Amino acid sequence: MFELRRKLHEKGVLGVNERNSRLIMELNPRKFYPRVDNKVITKSLAIEAGMPVPDLYGVISHQSEVRHLPEIVAGQDSFVIKPARGSGGNGIMVIADRGLRKKDTYRTVSGVLLNEAEIEHHVSNVVGGQYSLNGTPDSALIEYCVRFDPLFAQVSFQGVPDIRVIVYRGYPVMSMVRLPTRSSSGKANLHQGAVGAGIDLSLGRTLDGVLGNDSVDEHPDTGMPIRGLQIPHWDYILESSSKCYEVTGLGYVGVDIVIDRDLGPMILEMNARPGLNIQIANNCGLGNRLRRIDEILNPADTPAERAAIARREFPAV
Amino acid sequence: MTRNYVYGLAVVLAAISLLTFVYKWQILGLPITSDQTTPTWTVEASIRFQGGPGSIKANLQIPGLTPSYQVLREIPLSKGYGSRVNYTGTGRNMEWTIRRADGVQSLYYRAVVYEDKTHDSSDTIPPFPPAPVFDEPVKTAVEVLVKEVREHSADAASFTSELLRRMHDNGADSNVDLLLSQSTSTADTLQIVTNILAAARIPARMVHGIYLQDQQSDAVPQPWLEIHDGDKWRYFNPTNGAEGLPDQFLVWWRGIEPVLTVNGGSNVEINFAVQRNYLDTLAVAEERAAQRQSKLVEFSLFSLPIQTQAVYSVLLMMPIGALVMVLMRNVVGIETFGTFMPVLIALSFRETALLWGVILFSLLVALGLSIRFLLERLRLLLVPRLSAVLIVVVLLMLIISILSHKLGLETGLSVALFPMVIISMTIERMSVMWEEAGAGDAIKAGLGSMFIAVIAYLAMGMRWLEHLIFTFPELLLLVLAIVVLLGRYTGYRLMELRRFKVLSS
Repeated sequence: MFELRRKLHEKGVLGVNERNSRLIMELNPRKFYPRVDNKVITKSLAIEAGMPVPDLYGVISHQSEVRHLPEIVAGQDSFVIKPARGSGGNGIMVIADRGLRKKDTYRTVSGVLLNEAEIEHHVSNVVGGQYSLNGTPDSALIEYCVRFDPLFAQVSFQGVPDIRVIVYRGYPVMSMVRLPTRSSSGKANLHQGAVGAGIDLSLGRTLDGVLGNDSVDEHPDTGMPIRGLQIPHWDYILESSSKCYEVTGLGYVGVDIVIDRDLGPMILEMNARPGLNIQIANNCGLGNRLRRIDEILNPADTPAERAAIARREFPAV
Repeated sequence: MTRNYVYGLAVVLAAISLLTFVYKWQILGLPITSDQTTPTWTVEASIRFQGGPGSIKANLQIPGLTPSYQVLREIPLSKGYGSRVNYTGTGRNMEWTIRRADGVQSLYYRAVVYEDKTHDSSDTIPPFPPAPVFDEPVKTAVEVLVKEVREHSADAASFTSELLRRMHDNGADSNVDLLLSQSTSTADTLQIVTNILAAARIPARMVHGIYLQDQQSDAVPQPWLEIHDGDKWRYFNPTNGAEGLPDQFLVWWRGIEPVLTVNGGSNVEINFAVQRNYLDTLAVAEERAAQRQSKLVEFSLFSLPIQTQAVYSVLLMMPIGALVMVLMRNVVGIETFGTFMPVLIALSFRETALLWGVILFSLLVALGLSIRFLLERLRLLLVPRLSAVLIVVVLLMLIISILSHKLGLETGLSVALFPMVIISMTIERMSVMWEEAGAGDAIKAGLGSMFIAVIAYLAMGMRWLEHLIFTFPELLLLVLAIVVLLGRYTGYRLMELRRFKVLSS
């Protein structure tokens, strides 16, 4: 056991306790949390900074507004309902389509047909705070449903694959792509069963994936190889992620990016407590990379320079 | 920098805690183990009989003079009966009276006693008993026996010992055989012994007592012999003549009268139940503190009203539960619902005892969860749905209580107010997790919470620890120091070693 502990430490594997005390508590001032915990604020900050985000169709903050939902989504065949202060992807409902004949029915991304009452119930749960971080009343965001890049079509089962970039003091240090599976019911969260695949920061090319704690080299539902996919707009993704440091003021932040077929990379959300499974996906500990950044850190670096440094410093081993 | 402050704070807290502790323990002499205080016992006599057509008068002998034990309080329980305590020559009795009562009647008398070795029940010095009149051939047998025993003894005590020994030396003495020919029980024999002692001008009487052992539902009073040697009362084992009262023996009544007489009732049954009671240890401590009038104790928890003390005895253990929680979550890395939910669950186990608690809790959560899923179909808003779950939990609890009572399982009844809220909260959190993260995660977190709750319950239920913390609350500063140190623990959690194992190669 102590042997294992020593080995992990040597590899620079970061544990939850260390992440919480050394990174989150020291680098992420509490007052900035709303910037990432409340998606409404995140969105407006990102727009200010000139970063692309999915279009916001409307916000529902009170139970009485829930019945306006059909008006908000009128004219949209697909949309996403999200709690403004949700965590871990909970409470997100992705509507991909409407019923063919009955226009007041909606089809979720997993193919379930819901009527208006069922959707409104979900929205009112969101507003009631069922998915919010501390159970307090929340708002529901209704926004553009990303049409993901065909690149990922072969390696994801429904849902929207996204790219997670960990940004440490403004420098991207690790990244992975999260691929929804049947068992994650279209969600891109690793602990809900999505496949995570590390990304070579230098090349923007995927590595092997992990499912749960096991290594996988093909997508469990489609059977397609995961390794070697070239992420488009990689430079732009790294640079946008770096910018999130200035936007949020958080020294340790996880940036979730989706690539839209037509609109390119978009910032979906940010996370002040990004998970540690990314280390498994990259088969690499975070600790050594963080230490390297501490050595070469230069506050004068621009986001573009920081992205370049990340490409230079962190090729896959 | 922060690290040094943390270590400094931890050291200071630990030092204050340990110094105060050692001072109170060594210099002031407070006991560090709970066996230095006395355990208390609840002895309950429950009487059942069939009420008759006329008035009823029930007479129960109750403890009066109890060597080595003090009566803390006594509670008679009855429905519609008038009750009073009479003082008689040999002790006290409780009298219940009612003009009319039909059907099965139940009367209870409950005494809470605690051990106090210094408590001696000096009774009045009895007069010399009148010489009993025997018929022949018993008269001669008694005379011969008394003469022989007197020759082999020096005083009243040795006389009694010798007599009892002879009475049990079967077949060795034809006089003894004759005297015991009618005797069928120890009580009968003791009755005869008392008469023989009276013939030898030694005041003697029968004593009936109850052995105080953990949890007896059907204790049988045992007879013992008591004689007065002209100076004080002495006790003898009726079966072998050894002197002294046994340990943990509560003298209930004296004399040859039956423990219970019921006039106007039939099918009379009496049953004694004994239970060790921990909560009342505090009451004893308070009483002792009052007796000592010590300044130190005056400013300790023992000076608080008993009710408050009882609350604190639970409250002071919560930091221990919190410590368990910190260890389990930050060092071991077990998933739970909420931060302190397991500690609260553990607290609710206190009301039911562990096994029953776990069974009831799982049962209620499982039932509640299935009903919660039914409610989900109704598409209720969050708060009304939570309330609905709460109401259902209350009803489920009611049903379980009634069922368990009908089945004769009393434990179900003790489920109190507090666990209800915790159960409904657990159900709600578990169902949300169930939907969002899947059944696997929800059950895992449920089992994790249950596991920590059991550990926390066991830790919080350790008697010696409870006593230690209650007597030395400053030890909580030590717990605080440990928690502060653990707050800076940045090593891996045990579960992470497994999780990240693939990265080690």
